[in-house]
Amino acid sequence: MSRIGVFVCHCGENIGATVDCKKVAELSAGLHGVVHSVDYKYMCSDPGQTMIKDAIKEKKLDGIVVAACSPRMHEPTFRKAAQESGLNAFLCEMANLREHCSWVHLKDDSTTEKAFELIHMLVEKVKKNKPLFPIKVPVTKTALVLGGGIAGIQSALDIANSGHQVILVEKDPSIGGHMAQLSETFPTLDCSQCILTPRMVEVAQHPNIKLITYAELEAVEGFVGNFKVKIRQKAKSVDEKICNGCGDCTTKCPIKKIPDEFNAGMGYRAAIYVPFPQAVPNKPVIDRAHCTWYLKGGKCGLCEKVCPTGAINYQQEDEILTFEVGAIVAATGFDIKGTDFFPEYGYGKYKNVINGLQFERLASASGPTLGEMKRPSDGKTPETIVFIACAGSRDSAKGIDYCSKICCMYTAKHAMLYKHKVHSGKAYVFYMDIRAGGKNYEEFVRRAIEEDDVSYVRGRVSKIYERNGKLIVKGVDTLLNSMPMEIEADMVVLATAVVANHDSEQIAQKMHISYDAYHFFAEAHPKLKPVETNTAGIMLAGACQAPKDIPESVSQGSGAASKVSCLFSQDVLTREPLIAEVNRSAPPLYSTCVGCFLCQSVCPYMAIETEEIRMRDGSLIKEVARINPGLCQGCGTCVALCRSKSIDIHGYTHQQIFSEVVALFNRREEYETV
Amino acid sequence: MIKVGYFPGCSLHGTAIEYEESLRSVCAEFDIELVEINDWNCCGATAAHSLNHLLSIALPARSLALAESQEFTEILVPCAACYSRLLSAWADITQDSKIRSKVSDIIELPLLGTAKPISILEFISRYILPELKEKIKYPISQKVACYYGCLLVRPPNLVHYDRYEDPLIMEEFVKVLGGKPIEWGFKTECCGAGLSVTRTDLVGKLSGKILEDAVLRGAEAVIVACPMCQSNLDMRRKSINNYLGEKVDIPVMYITQAIGLAMGIEPRKLGTKKHFVSMDKFIGNFRLGQVEHSKAGEV
Repeated sequence: MSRIGVFVCHCGENIGATVDCKKVAELSAGLHGVVHSVDYKYMCSDPGQTMIKDAIKEKKLDGIVVAACSPRMHEPTFRKAAQESGLNAFLCEMANLREHCSWVHLKDDSTTEKAFELIHMLVEKVKKNKPLFPIKVPVTKTALVLGGGIAGIQSALDIANSGHQVILVEKDPSIGGHMAQLSETFPTLDCSQCILTPRMVEVAQHPNIKLITYAELEAVEGFVGNFKVKIRQKAKSVDEKICNGCGDCTTKCPIKKIPDEFNAGMGYRAAIYVPFPQAVPNKPVIDRAHCTWYLKGGKCGLCEKVCPTGAINYQQEDEILTFEVGAIVAATGFDIKGTDFFPEYGYGKYKNVINGLQFERLASASGPTLGEMKRPSDGKTPETIVFIACAGSRDSAKGIDYCSKICCMYTAKHAMLYKHKVHSGKAYVFYMDIRAGGKNYEEFVRRAIEEDDVSYVRGRVSKIYERNGKLIVKGVDTLLNSMPMEIEADMVVLATAVVANHDSEQIAQKMHISYDAYHFFAEAHPKLKPVETNTAGIMLAGACQAPKDIPESVSQGSGAASKVSCLFSQDVLTREPLIAEVNRSAPPLYSTCVGCFLCQSVCPYMAIETEEIRMRDGSLIKEVARINPGLCQGCGTCVALCRSKSIDIHGYTHQQIFSEVVALFNRREEYETV
Repeated sequence: MIKVGYFPGCSLHGTAIEYEESLRSVCAEFDIELVEINDWNCCGATAAHSLNHLLSIALPARSLALAESQEFTEILVPCAACYSRLLSAWADITQDSKIRSKVSDIIELPLLGTAKPISILEFISRYILPELKEKIKYPISQKVACYYGCLLVRPPNLVHYDRYEDPLIMEEFVKVLGGKPIEWGFKTECCGAGLSVTRTDLVGKLSGKILEDAVLRGAEAVIVACPMCQSNLDMRRKSINNYLGEKVDIPVMYITQAIGLAMGIEPRKLGTKKHFVSMDKFIGNFRLGQVEHSKAGEV
């Protein structure tokens, strides 16, 4: 005989305004097995919780149903209250009267009836609940940081400085990311490399950081506190330990006309190269897709001949490195659209139409023009330059509905840098809105307009075409009575949309984290869990989550690091025991499992093992599935697939679900009799 | 003999008669019969869709319904404006069954949307292009400007042509004909369209800019596939010359005329004499080219 308590919450007006809570409580009191049923304005408040605790003790309740908001909000609150009064936390269930009922229906008798039905289902379920006990797992206090841009660097340094080990993995030959490519930074116009490179060096020198460059994530297994990660170290073809970084190989390499990724295609590099002078590590790698030795079967070999230390190793192979880590920070960064994405701006066929990152390289002292304003087609100084903001962004026709966030600011910066270098030049900025929300941001844009005489035109550019060596920019000034305007420009810079990396979907899938429609990684909650993912133990930092500027990326990098440090401050983690189990029974059956192992093939966490049930003399009776409680995440895929119904999830057993369904089907009868 | 449903619209029976003449002449060479939709009516043009959305669907839908009753699955609509109206109506009725039944009630005809309008570019790609190369007798060797105007490859959500800002499809045809299409910036700019009558000065400016760029880049002819574009670029030369302050004599011909010329069809059958700006010089140069070409062949 059960002794169930029902607690109906009004949630102020949230539930109370549409559901007749008092009536619901009265109806619930009549349900079979319910010995206590009350309603109250705020169950989650201190007095509300005390009501629950007292009722459990006084009425000797052996199960409670709190009918309130989503269990995602207050389930821990009520479970804790139950625990404190001596009831196992898993004998507390929540009926979601708010998100599933009052918020989505109008005030009506049928809404009240639905609320009662929801409670009825949970009452029947809780009768079948069994006490469960949290699972304890150890924590490996090493973090993996994926991505060596500013967000990843910040994260790695913060975790390392709090005394934990960090493995920092970067796909390029050097850390630094996009920030290393920037000329100056807004809103202070200080040199990007000058503020970044000390951090890069710190990473390289830090005793707690193991830096792995030119490497990619291969696979992630396990769970929070106990991940097993596989990293593919791509063959650098240079033995880092022997190489002294003299640079003879890169200067002698005959293949010199490869578009340089670091210079956004504005310059060239050799087939054996160091991406930029301040690279960390400052050791070259061979680009096998362009190197003659690999393309023409062992010809050339010049770098090997000139290398004074014999560090070149053409035979080096990719290597799979395996690490055990307790937490992962994904800081894989972003990409920006190329000019070829824009049919109206020439599909990338005009040399003097470039994107923002290419302009950064033009303006940078370490760039292909050593910071001089020279346009790509003929090296002349552009006298008239047009910047187009929102190129692709906020444009549903282009499939990019969101704001790329950084462009307003960097476009103002670009226009300013141009004016500082070419005093006689004329700079136009076409914009939709100026979004300069940030400390000293608005002032920065005003400075561009007022002090540096940049002409801001509110309107879009419909077309660019080339005529007599000039780019004809056709646009409209919507503040001047929508006057069409044509500008003869020498160079055009498109502030192209910030997008997710091309392989971000695959990376997310490898880590088992979710991502949004634009393939940016998804945070666990847009407001309250902005640095965590839905997969415990995996955090996000930087623009892999959404477009972000440097201060924001750094903040989130530190935020992710702090989350990791919190995790590592515990020696053991407790996990909810809501995991699957394959049943075991008395001989001669031993288990209803027939050993088809369909479950094994679908388990995304590889948590299902084969167990041999043997007689005492060692002879095999049968092979059945067994679920590793350390690996199981309780997703339930195996339960759905099991043909003999041999797997159950604790807390959501077949019996419990079935009781709920039966309650729902029998409801009419019960409702009427009550 | 392939039979294809054909919606001429008002232009191809009137001001653009040479478009129809050249189209039919070319089709005859490919053993294609164009069968006019029985009792077709006005597509609604600019007027209907500016006034009443339902009317703008119902007018072309009637012609679509009639084409269905003649069991056509495709209707060739050579006029770009008619094509846009018919395609828009077709998209509306095939995407929304409520609109379809409503329109069906209005026109008092069964309407399923089984007859899809196709543009002249799609038609050429599908029926002409595959065997065109072997039928070319006199390759065009001149530089020409392929001009699309506003409606031939747009709007993108209707026509689903991915290079709608910088189409290359006519250029492909011209290359098969042996011509040299120029790279220019006015392929899809507005010619002035329906302002031809009310604001001829504006048409002079808009069309003038188009011709100016074509001439500047060395084109000897403009190739079009829209009667409206052709008439503005060809007929409004007075306003155009006024705007430009100089006389431009570049001829404007239909893609079907260009194909016909290259195939060696007699100019008479292609309506080349029906333009305001004479095509004689172009054809002269072209024939000169042919002579040289055949001489080169003999050697």
